[in-house]
Amino acid sequence: MRVNDVNDLKLIAERYNAEMGKYEHTIYVCGGGGCISSKCQDTKDFVDSYIKEQGLSDKVNVVFTGCMGTCAMGPVVLVEPERVYYVHVTPERAKEIIDRQIIGGEIIEEYTFFDKNLGKHIPHIDDIPFFAEQVQIVLKKCGKIPFDSIEAYIAKGGFTAEAKAFGMTQQQIIDEVTASGLRGRGGAGFPTGIKWSAGMKAQGDNKCIVCNADEGDPGAFMDRSAIEGDPFCLIEGMTIGGYAIGAKNGYVYCRAEYPVAVERFNKALDIAREWGLLGKNILGSGFDFDIELRIGAGAFVCGEETALMNSIQGERGEPRQKPPFPFESGLFGLPTIINNVETYYNIAEIINRGADWFASYGVGRSKGTKVFALAGDVVNTGIVEVPMGMTLRKLIYEIGGGITDGKNFKAAQMGGPSGGCITEKNLDTSVDYESLTALGAIMGSGGLIVMSEDTCMVDTARFFMQFIQDESCGKCTPCRIGTKRMLEILERITEGKGKLEDLDTLTELSNTIKDTAMCGLGQTAPNPVLSTLANFRDEYEAHITGKTCPAHVCAALAHYYIVPEKCKGCTLCARNCPVQCISGKVKEPHVIDQDKCIKCGACMANCKFGAVVKK
Amino acid sequence: MSDVAKTLSVEEQANYEKLSNVIDLYSGKEGCLIQVLHAAQEIFGYLPYEVQKYVADNMGFSVSYVSSVSSFYSFFSTTPRTKHEVKVCLGTACYVKGGKLLIEKLQEVLGIGVGEATPDNLFSIHVTRCVGACGLAPVVVVDEEVFKQVKPADIPGILDQYRGE
Repeated sequence: MRVNDVNDLKLIAERYNAEMGKYEHTIYVCGGGGCISSKCQDTKDFVDSYIKEQGLSDKVNVVFTGCMGTCAMGPVVLVEPERVYYVHVTPERAKEIIDRQIIGGEIIEEYTFFDKNLGKHIPHIDDIPFFAEQVQIVLKKCGKIPFDSIEAYIAKGGFTAEAKAFGMTQQQIIDEVTASGLRGRGGAGFPTGIKWSAGMKAQGDNKCIVCNADEGDPGAFMDRSAIEGDPFCLIEGMTIGGYAIGAKNGYVYCRAEYPVAVERFNKALDIAREWGLLGKNILGSGFDFDIELRIGAGAFVCGEETALMNSIQGERGEPRQKPPFPFESGLFGLPTIINNVETYYNIAEIINRGADWFASYGVGRSKGTKVFALAGDVVNTGIVEVPMGMTLRKLIYEIGGGITDGKNFKAAQMGGPSGGCITEKNLDTSVDYESLTALGAIMGSGGLIVMSEDTCMVDTARFFMQFIQDESCGKCTPCRIGTKRMLEILERITEGKGKLEDLDTLTELSNTIKDTAMCGLGQTAPNPVLSTLANFRDEYEAHITGKTCPAHVCAALAHYYIVPEKCKGCTLCARNCPVQCISGKVKEPHVIDQDKCIKCGACMANCKFGAVVKK
Repeated sequence: MSDVAKTLSVEEQANYEKLSNVIDLYSGKEGCLIQVLHAAQEIFGYLPYEVQKYVADNMGFSVSYVSSVSSFYSFFSTTPRTKHEVKVCLGTACYVKGGKLLIEKLQEVLGIGVGEATPDNLFSIHVTRCVGACGLAPVVVVDEEVFKQVKPADIPGILDQYRGE
């Protein structure tokens, strides 16, 4: 089948919707990354075969979708038209759901979403705060359609924006995107319309448009979810971008750690070509465009745009000196426009619904929504999309459901190794580019790691510096050597061997690296250190002068004690101690010899009475 | 290839044939070295000198250039793989949720360090970059399978699933 024009799109949508209208029920099984790890394929296979076995194939449609959002509760299943949201759906539970709800008409409340704050199950998806507070533009179709069906995508309005764009001039499209206020979602926040305008004006018969899907920030999994759940939306966004700047070739650079995204996107490319939505004369517009997927090979620096282009070219992923900027001389030396995955997912909606509609979401110079990957010590981990300007408090406590195990909030880390942390006193800050930058954090690509009181901020800074050290490409001296020196100092502090002067040296090194490193990786690498130094200087000082780790994380500074009142004298700890430093008689409280203790924690792990404590 | 062909086993010859087809497939396109190396590693399991030389000779590069690219990226390995690769994610979320403890437990149970292989070549321990399963932290990935919310005590049970297959 080939789609030739807008009428074909309408026909396909009508036909698909009519077909779906025949079913009495639809069972959506989440096939997102989190649910795959929770073995959702087993659930999906079971549901398929059981529906067939029960003779329900004409009445019940089973759909395998992209990520629905609540990644720790997988496999999750949504049953329509009732819109009941079931979690942890094993094949056994799926059988019960089909028997009791699909056949019996009863909602099995105990299998539905449990809201820990309210202390009750919430059966209907629209009543669950995690979903109700979100505004979905980027993830509009993710988790709601089968990810591999172009017909389902078209039925939800897919490719109508592209058809509309082909009726506009390049300048009109760029004006619309500029007016919408859309800014790059990869982290830096450069206005997309201005970038595209430069791309359009660049001289050259051949230009490239590139999508950065090298989602390398540890703790970020938004782009992965979008591509796996709604791959056609990326194709549409990039085609519109390609048309606007005059590029015939599109490249998506995806990291090798995302095999599912690679597989699904490649399949989507094949389908789009088959349907004439990539290739020659798309939708009868006369515009030729195609996209190629290139896979990375495990190098964080390739998320930097110039390093990424070198990697697409099959070279070492080392950054290039700018200028020339990519729009002047980029991929293969051609004028190139490069945007993040999430940026492209906004384009179709902006074209279809207009710049004013898009700009009605958000605050100040930050328009639209932002997708976040919520992870760490937060109850509802997963993918959420919220309007810019929402407070972090609302994001973490209402949507995220608060901190796990009733612990206290300590910090929210945003922007990964390039970002910083937000503390309790700034929880009411609006989530937008300017407000976060003012606090020494950044919007980043959307990784949001919530940290409880059990997290050591010095160790966290050391963790990020270790990451940067491993990933520094080595091309420029400040990044290669400067971050090594910073890591050594941080290691020293976490081992209790730090000096107070080290903190000044850290600050000085940070500022020098920021000013002199060649690319974004190095220039932002000191941010986690500067941010934790600004907000948690007392914790650094406790490690240095007090020789203690307030969060009891740093092993070298930990001390194990036996609480005499709790110790039953069972001797289990003494028998498991590898250095025989625990003494005591049977049925009498034991004692740890602090001088001999190697802090392995074996005593604590083996004690059945909780008598061993770490201080 | 002709000079090495005599000493190759049937299986190796078949592998080189496959690689040759991959190189042909990419021949018209620009800048495909990394994609070819991915395919080569998929075919041979790793990228020994001979394979890199073959790629270099057949794509018009010097061996040193191919090696400069393959050594830049952490995905490419020049040593053979063990039967199973146990990878502990140390992305931020997994780190905060105790990924470090999982590495320690693995080292204890297997008696080897990170990057090392057990004497029977069954397991090796690796630290991996964020696998994007942050909502399930901490995770351990064995080959392609992701184990979620792993506790140190779960480690022996996970390994047992891969023993005696």
